Amino acid sequence: MAVSYTSREQIEVYRFSWPVTILVPLLAIFLQAFLPLRFSFFSIFDLPLLVVIFFAMARRSQVAGLLTGAVIGILQDSLTHHPLGVYGIAKTVVGYGASSLGVKLDVESVGTRLLVTSGFYVVHQIIYFTIARGLVGLDLRWLWSRELIAAVANAVVGVLLFTLMDRLKERA
Amino acid sequence: MGRYRNVSILAAAVFIQLVGLAYQIKKQTGKDAQESSRLIRVWTISAITPLEKGIVRLQTGTVNLWHNYVYLRGVRQENRGLKDKIEQLQLEQVRLQQDASQARRLQALLGFKEQFIDQTVAAQVIGSSGSEQSRTVYLDKGSDVGIKLGMPVISAEGIVGKVILVQPSVSQVLLINDQTSGVGTILEKSRLQGVLKGRASGELVLDKVMSEEDVKTGERVLTSGGDQIFPKGLPVGMIGEVKHGGEFLQVQVKPAAALNHLEEVLVITQRQEREPDKTAVRSMRAADILAQRLPQVPDKPAEGETTHSETGNGTPAPKPATIPSAAIQPKPAASAGTPTPQAPAHPGTAGSVPLTNKPAQAKTQAPGASAGNAPQPRTPVGAAPAGTTVSKPTTAPTGTAPTQDTGDAPQ
Repeated sequence: MAVSYTSREQIEVYRFSWPVTILVPLLAIFLQAFLPLRFSFFSIFDLPLLVVIFFAMARRSQVAGLLTGAVIGILQDSLTHHPLGVYGIAKTVVGYGASSLGVKLDVESVGTRLLVTSGFYVVHQIIYFTIARGLVGLDLRWLWSRELIAAVANAVVGVLLFTLMDRLKERA
Repeated sequence: MGRYRNVSILAAAVFIQLVGLAYQIKKQTGKDAQESSRLIRVWTISAITPLEKGIVRLQTGTVNLWHNYVYLRGVRQENRGLKDKIEQLQLEQVRLQQDASQARRLQALLGFKEQFIDQTVAAQVIGSSGSEQSRTVYLDKGSDVGIKLGMPVISAEGIVGKVILVQPSVSQVLLINDQTSGVGTILEKSRLQGVLKGRASGELVLDKVMSEEDVKTGERVLTSGGDQIFPKGLPVGMIGEVKHGGEFLQVQVKPAAALNHLEEVLVITQRQEREPDKTAVRSMRAADILAQRLPQVPDKPAEGETTHSETGNGTPAPKPATIPSAAIQPKPAASAGTPTPQAPAHPGTAGSVPLTNKPAQAKTQAPGASAGNAPQPRTPVGAAPAGTTVSKPTTAPTGTAPTQDTGDAPQ
């Protein structure tokens, strides 16, 4: 199985219809807001982040990736009582990074998806914590054990979710 | 230049968001910060909450249908149990009424202001912020039903939080375990006051309690009213772990309300703060003085009086001027509250006031509404009005000394 590409011709670029582009992020944000009330363990997941990673890797466009991340992040911010931009900045960077990686790696394989998703989860959390502590002044504590468990959990859910969302992709 | 195009766009996107973030932070936290980004928040909330509302209503409807029409197993047994419970609660209520009226009398004498919950709105929790760093929930009611910013939110078990964002049909509530939240609290027995704060982990801690204070695990924590948001006396939680070390204690509080599994809450939309009815106190005092001066009606035998003076529900009927003149003696106002009135020691006998050697107002005592919902402080029946003292042969209760209440007066 090829993990990296050697030429640009091998890269499959996908696009999504407008309803999918709008409804899937909204659905992810809705589930993120709704499910933790019923199942408190669900707060460990970050569905909007998984959607950002998926869209960015599938489109393989850095600008599209960072814009998707920014919009989804700001929407997620607007449900909290903190200033807008904390999730926004973190997801912008993740969107850019995921689309950059999508150009270079075979992001269709399960192993790559697991690694990429868990890696970007940690990156996202580091950026979030830095901004939340440094700019917003929240009193947060970084626990590696918790973050690594959450990263793996998100990666597992991400792989399942990506398999479902693969059906929404359209070849560009 | 084209090589760095995408990185430049990334830098610009991050920079713009940083500037926006800094602007919002400069605009101060809380209300102002949310006002500066109101439009985006309104759009998102308008997009998300209708779906949440729909699902919650569907879920509630299905559960109700199941419980009310399909799953009725054990209802008879439950009904019997509830009837027993009602009887127990009725006895308890009589005792609490007596306690409440006694508290009101003392409040009237000491000039306390009273806070009453006049109106509440029941609302369903439809969603959360989706972030562990922002412990907020959304309610399915908003300004359409009179909810406003800063209103306290409670559940049947205890306090929940306060309203921080209001839209016509939705409102956002900051939970008490969020790290930006703070609640004025008081311990039930030790009367120690402190500020309850949330931690990033969602724990509740009592802040800035000196290490020499005696805080015991299991003691109930109530609202003190000092935060000007929650009325005094609402349950907050229970003292959990107490860690010593350093200048301050680390006091963990277990919340009374299930903050992680909230379903239905009450928003306190109207409160009233009233001075006790001092005119009533004065008029009672005048009546006492008059009773002292009028010729006395001889006392009837005790058992006969008790039978006739009480109504069927244990309420002593009004019965003027049967006190011996020695029962009331003028005394300086400063000591007015010291001799406490009749103690409601036994639920079964509450309301049946011994008629001999008691002041006249004791016989006009009616079961008042409970402290939490009384629309108007009743006349301070059975109380020693300011300037008088009741000489009472029976032992006075010690648990309700007015000096203790003075320290807890609401702001």
